[in-house]
Amino acid sequence: MAAKLLGERIKRKEDPRLIQGRAHYVDDIKLVGMLHLAFVRSPYGHARLTAINTGAARNAPGVVAVFTGEDLKGRLGFVPCAVEMDGLKIPEHPCLAIGEVRYVGEPVAAVVATGRYLAADAAALVEVDYDMLPAVTSMEQALEKGSPLVHESLGDNLAFVAKIEGGDWKSVEADPSLKVIRQRMINQRLGPMAIETRGVIASYSPGEDTLTVWSSTQIPHLLKTHLAILNKMDESRCRVIAPEVGGAFGSKLNVYGEEGVACFASRQLGKPVKWIEGRRENLAGTIHGRDQIDDVEIYAKPDGTVVGLKCFILADLGAYHQFLTPGIPTLTAMMVLGCYNIKNVFVETKGVFTNKMATDAYRGAGRPEATYIIERAMDLVARELGMDPVDVRMKNFPAPGKDIVLPTGVNYDTANYQKTLKKVLKLSGYSKLRKEQVRLRKKGKLLGIGLSTYVEICAMGPSSRMPAGGWESGTVRVEPTGKVTVLTGASPHGQGEETSFAQIVAGELGIPYDDVTVFHGDTAQVPMGIGTFGSRATAVGGSAIYYAAQRIKKKMARIAAHKLEIKPGEVVFADGKLQSKDGSKSVAFTEIVTEAYYARQLPPGVEPGLSELYVFEPPNFTYPFGAHVAVTEIDAQTGEVSLRNYFAVDDCGRILNPMLVDGQVHGGLAQGIGQALWEELIYDENGQLLTGTLMDYAMPRARQFPWFETANTETRTPVNPLGVKGVGEAGTIGSTPALVNSVVDAMSAFGVRHIDMPLKPEKIWVHLKQGAMPGRDAA
Amino acid sequence: MKIGIKINGKWHENDVEPRLLLVHYLRDVASLTGTHIGCESSLCGACTVLLNGDAVKSCTVLAVQADGAEVTTIEGLARDGNLHPLQQGFWEEHGLQCGFCTPGMIMSACQLLARNPHPSRGEIREGIEGNLCRCTGYQHIVKAVEWAAEHSGK
Repeated sequence: MAAKLLGERIKRKEDPRLIQGRAHYVDDIKLVGMLHLAFVRSPYGHARLTAINTGAARNAPGVVAVFTGEDLKGRLGFVPCAVEMDGLKIPEHPCLAIGEVRYVGEPVAAVVATGRYLAADAAALVEVDYDMLPAVTSMEQALEKGSPLVHESLGDNLAFVAKIEGGDWKSVEADPSLKVIRQRMINQRLGPMAIETRGVIASYSPGEDTLTVWSSTQIPHLLKTHLAILNKMDESRCRVIAPEVGGAFGSKLNVYGEEGVACFASRQLGKPVKWIEGRRENLAGTIHGRDQIDDVEIYAKPDGTVVGLKCFILADLGAYHQFLTPGIPTLTAMMVLGCYNIKNVFVETKGVFTNKMATDAYRGAGRPEATYIIERAMDLVARELGMDPVDVRMKNFPAPGKDIVLPTGVNYDTANYQKTLKKVLKLSGYSKLRKEQVRLRKKGKLLGIGLSTYVEICAMGPSSRMPAGGWESGTVRVEPTGKVTVLTGASPHGQGEETSFAQIVAGELGIPYDDVTVFHGDTAQVPMGIGTFGSRATAVGGSAIYYAAQRIKKKMARIAAHKLEIKPGEVVFADGKLQSKDGSKSVAFTEIVTEAYYARQLPPGVEPGLSELYVFEPPNFTYPFGAHVAVTEIDAQTGEVSLRNYFAVDDCGRILNPMLVDGQVHGGLAQGIGQALWEELIYDENGQLLTGTLMDYAMPRARQFPWFETANTETRTPVNPLGVKGVGEAGTIGSTPALVNSVVDAMSAFGVRHIDMPLKPEKIWVHLKQGAMPGRDAA
Repeated sequence: MKIGIKINGKWHENDVEPRLLLVHYLRDVASLTGTHIGCESSLCGACTVLLNGDAVKSCTVLAVQADGAEVTTIEGLARDGNLHPLQQGFWEEHGLQCGFCTPGMIMSACQLLARNPHPSRGEIREGIEGNLCRCTGYQHIVKAVEWAAEHSGK
């Protein structure tokens, strides 16, 4: 039965091909006559294109074609943005720049040649004349009058202003007993850095007038729709395949100009065209994450009750919108109250254009920023009032329960924040740690203990709250031989759903797990879909699969009941059989399958075949939560931070496969800790990307992490039939404030209230040099 | 230039451009696409192979430099249909998610275990220092290598 497989630690079906080098990522696919594409990119943050001379490139060995923005004008559409908001400015975003470049790395020309090296050689021969224009890379400067304009036609650099307001601010502001704490917090720009860069093959068949695209994408179906629109083709004639995808983290939840150009080139030339992104291109031209300045005001009673929070968000959107760019900071606003019962809220979000690459969804996508704001704020309250951070949190948690309505307009499904916090305090030995801290401080050693109790918004749906559909499709097809094919519109790329979805279906149908195979990613095979992002694949896609399996069961039960002369409601699926509840009558699973296909003795009204599609539309988001503790040591001489321990208790609802959940949490933690301590994309004032290679961008390596101690609680959600909430982003969302709270805690002896990420030694060293001796206020 | 390279026990002879990278030779000429390219600058380690027994990043070795050498790639690890202990360890311990860094990670771990058959967790982390993974947070990779160390030579 279902319970037997669900919840078990089962090894992944995906792994045999991956560990033997037999899987196929985009670059592993070769087609007959395939051509290779290389891009010429802007070396400047802002410049006018005065001339592009492609003559030398066209004459270079192996070159088949060279395209510029002018060549594409009117023939290839613009890079799409799916977000709709009141007053949102959406500048035209051509696949190749026309007239002006607005960020370093913007594609200017495309060269197609018979070989990869030849395409790169010829790209270097394209001569581009640039007239430098003043660039703007600071959001605050971009909003000043007289600032250089990223898009002159828009009149200013303000893309949108959005406000959320709730509660009774008049009485809050009139209450003199309230403490008001203000803090500016910077959430720095990051690179998603999937180890597989982006890549695409477009293959147009002139005879059939069909376009097949292999792309390293999280959203094959959405990509198909948009590539059809871009190329002005009938969507029926387009097919997108996401083959093996080597990591994404939101960066492949997009429609990129390069994909459009590859399709255009293939249609022009009638041959397959491949483009594989280089790592430097990836750093400059694949979407970035975060990049906010958040000014926070917290209103607290002397007993620690937080009554109000105001937040002024500046979100750096970069030069153009990508697919979800302006939607990301709005998620910050929605989640800024975290897991607290705060009655009054005011959030103003300004989206700002600058001469940088677009920001968009990067693991967590707006929610790590929210969690960082509120979790740092709770520590600031604790500090101001001389309370333990645990007590401030406990004081402000809502009582465990369901349907918790917040003034931000969200509605938490189920919550038990006390439980995860208590569990992590026990797991970490919190009170012992506090004693150790006092002991070490007396010796001049700096130990920090940082807490984060987070809640995230996940399982992206319902459709009413999403820019491009929040449902997911699932198909279960029992083949005539009795083997089961599962098709999911979610397009997993490392999360392991080929395994967990097989667990769901095998459990429901009472058949061996090995008899179930899950396919995804091919729009010609999977009828419809949205994709994998926002911790939605299992909660939404898995639920679709679950319901499709119920439809199969209903049909099979009717056929079996007819045969066994019992009622359909009495049929039980177990051990490869359909049987009566008492087991006295039974028939083999395969026998009913055969009957469904041979269709000789079907009950009246039952169609032949066994294939069911279900499209699941969730009634609400899910709200996973957890509590983390980070223990850091600071080198009092150099300011270097070392993370000594990390404890994480996460509640992602029901757990289908604990091994996969652990993997998701670990990966998320590494990315959040990476942001807190090391990672940062830096542009200079001219819009030059200073961290454009892996030499400069501090991707964390194995020795930089301690052993993660993880545990779970399971608070099921009523939002879907599986009770799962999602876990893909939990680690990233929970961890940055835990780290910063830990380091600020260690540095509190020096009067430090706040340090911005990443917590580089020099930022800490400054305080060590200027502050008081650590022993002084130790007692 | 004419070169000959023994890859996974099989001799390959080809005429190649002097500038051809070993990784492109493996992938495009020898059609062994298990070795991946993540950065083309020897920083991510996805392209790691064994060159005469040493782990090297094949994106910064020219194919001509490997003339006459023996190269082992991920495709050469399983023997007689049996997974190498490291491959098995990665499967058992969930040492991979998207799988893109995995072949390079396993080849680096091969060198580590050849030099130090029973490494500590710290030594494993040092041993895979040259390989980046963005999915796993490395902990399950450490467990995978431990699993392989425990099950090697049995």
